[in-house]
Amino acid sequence: MRVGLFVTCLVDLVRPSVGFAALELLEAAGCDVTVPATQTCCGQPGYNSGDREAAKALARKVIAEFEGFDYVVAPSGSCSGTIKTHYPHLFDDDRGMRERAERLAAKTYELTDFLASVAKLARVPGRFDGTVTYHDSCAGLREMGVKAQPRALLAKVPGLAVKEMATPEQCCGFGGTFSVKFGEVSAAIADRKCDDVEASGADALVLGDVGCMLNIEGRLRRRGNRKTKVLHVAEVLAGRDGRSE
Amino acid sequence: MQVQSMHFKARASEALADATLQANLHKFGSAGLAALRARAVVEYGAAEFEQLRDAAASIRDRGLDNLPALLERFEREATRRGATVLYARTGTEIRDLVLEIAARHGLKKAVKSKSMLSEEAALNDALQGAGVEPIETDLGEYIIQLAEEPPSHIIAPAVHKSKDEVSDLFVKFHATERKTDIPALTREAREVLRSHFLSADLGISGANFLIAETGTGAIVTNEGNGRMVTTLPRVHVSITGIEKVIPTLEDFATLMRVLTRSATGQPISNYVSVFTGPKGAGDADGPEHMYFILVDNGRTGLLGGEMQEMLRCIRCGACMNHCPVYKTVGGHSYGWVYPGPMGSVLTPSYVGLEKALDLPHAATLCNQCGVVCPVKIPLPDLLRTLREKQVDRGLRPPIERLALRAWAWAAQRPTVYALGTKFAARFLRMLGGGDRMVSHLPFAGGWTDGREFPSGPGRTFRELYAARKKR
Ligand code: SF4
Repeated sequence: MRVGLFVTCLVDLVRPSVGFAALELLEAAGCDVTVPATQTCCGQPGYNSGDREAAKALARKVIAEFEGFDYVVAPSGSCSGTIKTHYPHLFDDDRGMRERAERLAAKTYELTDFLASVAKLARVPGRFDGTVTYHDSCAGLREMGVKAQPRALLAKVPGLAVKEMATPEQCCGFGGTFSVKFGEVSAAIADRKCDDVEASGADALVLGDVGCMLNIEGRLRRRGNRKTKVLHVAEVLAGRDGRSE
Repeated sequence: MQVQSMHFKARASEALADATLQANLHKFGSAGLAALRARAVVEYGAAEFEQLRDAAASIRDRGLDNLPALLERFEREATRRGATVLYARTGTEIRDLVLEIAARHGLKKAVKSKSMLSEEAALNDALQGAGVEPIETDLGEYIIQLAEEPPSHIIAPAVHKSKDEVSDLFVKFHATERKTDIPALTREAREVLRSHFLSADLGISGANFLIAETGTGAIVTNEGNGRMVTTLPRVHVSITGIEKVIPTLEDFATLMRVLTRSATGQPISNYVSVFTGPKGAGDADGPEHMYFILVDNGRTGLLGGEMQEMLRCIRCGACMNHCPVYKTVGGHSYGWVYPGPMGSVLTPSYVGLEKALDLPHAATLCNQCGVVCPVKIPLPDLLRTLREKQVDRGLRPPIERLALRAWAWAAQRPTVYALGTKFAARFLRMLGGGDRMVSHLPFAGGWTDGREFPSGPGRTFRELYAARKKR
């Protein structure tokens, strides 16, 4: 299986360890992984800011970079969701591009979905001694159908137990540029997520999107919580603590 | 009602600082309507409910695709049964028509059941000005009428008020002894309202649906006030949007199944009132005169365009009950009649893009609204379309445009992008210090006012990966 790893712009910039974790997991599942060197961003910031032209330009670039692989995998529900559920609509008026976008969409996966449903990863390399609570990021859950897959994989991690929070499907308030444009509202929504995370009593919050990670971890730390670890699901599965690059 | 939607940010900020409001919103959020809906869907069967949503959406689509013909049919049937059908293009025309009717029949007191159109038109002020006393009879509407506030939710207009605040209002306006439990407060309101029902000569209602084949209007209430408003007074005026017309009674039955479940989790509301023309010979009750005012007020602008799906809305409120932003800042922040996700689409669509610039952006696009909407309106997509329209019309701030353009330019040029992120990663790391947490971001203070920004290790994945490959 030739897999193109779409690292995502946030992983590239602030959380490289997630990229390495994804790479290790895909290789552990027996995939032949390539990380196209020219990749940058899926275009979502432009798309969600109403800049359709910018979104289309970046979509064209991603399609060209990744259409040669059997699968495209991203450690993010949000970026894989953009490719899978939004790219085709960007080219409603361009049949040729639309078909290419649809073909790419059909083979694009969120990491845990791919590991659980396609690559059928049997053993995970990681180990985690403690309890974790899983936050369902919005795009992963509602665009990519990611819900059971990360939990099934986490169940394979030796030493780890999942303690669900009360409302794991509630949005954390990140919303991309929303988090800066409406910082106060965004932080207030994140606050409710932090309450929920802390009430679960788990040692770590685990999730599948770096955007939401930055938001929730940023709010937890500002509230003075230094204790609850915040980890990407790939890091936990690969046995990384988020600081090892 | 005046459009205040340009001030979303300031209003949201006030809402966040208002401890009482925050407590009320919190209560609503945790024990509220969303949970009731969830239970109702499970009881109905999740898969079956999905089918019902599809059916409901297609009924609404059929209605909208044939709107002119359906409206004609409705008018014909309603007129045949003795009602008068009038059309209003704007809020001003609604006011004029209602005042004309009041003058023609010499009406002095209006009892009202909930009508969002009456809010769009600021009808109460106009009535008062013309010497017709308006009394809201939906309990929530009655409370906010006393408080002189606009509704903050389309089906629970006083949801932002606590029980204590209601007790205070009742003591002030009813001059009775202070009651503290909800049943006693409700009883007190009913007693006050009863005398108004009996003395009013005008009843003003909305209509959840207009049924074309029979010329019938229908309203859904839980308090029975709608029944009183539409039958007791001499004259009944039902004001509703032109998009509310549906073909048949059968369609009405289907839509009812999704409406009340989505709104309050009820299989059916306590009252469903259908009204077809005035009191006929041999009828025990009903008004002597019955008017329908069908309102455009911006709606035809959405017909046939990329925003048409929004007109499917059946005003259940589920989108706001599930909206993280609405639940955090409350309905008044949105600045016009309709709050939450549906309001953020409707307000700019009805009153003008430039009058509500913040609203399409005041959403995380989490799609918690879209997955519960009973008529499957893709609210996040519509919000995004409005954002695109703002860009196309040059309505975004220049600095934002510049930043986006620079980002898009660089992101298409891998070498430039790699260089830019290399410096950005180092800069963030430097700001982050020992604990790798940035407390103040120079160009994104909106983030760090309420949060730290985890800085990362100072080197991009791209760099680290290249270094590793070399080894
Ligand atoms: S948009 Fe959908 S969920 Fe929101 S009020 Fe309208 S029908 Fe209900």
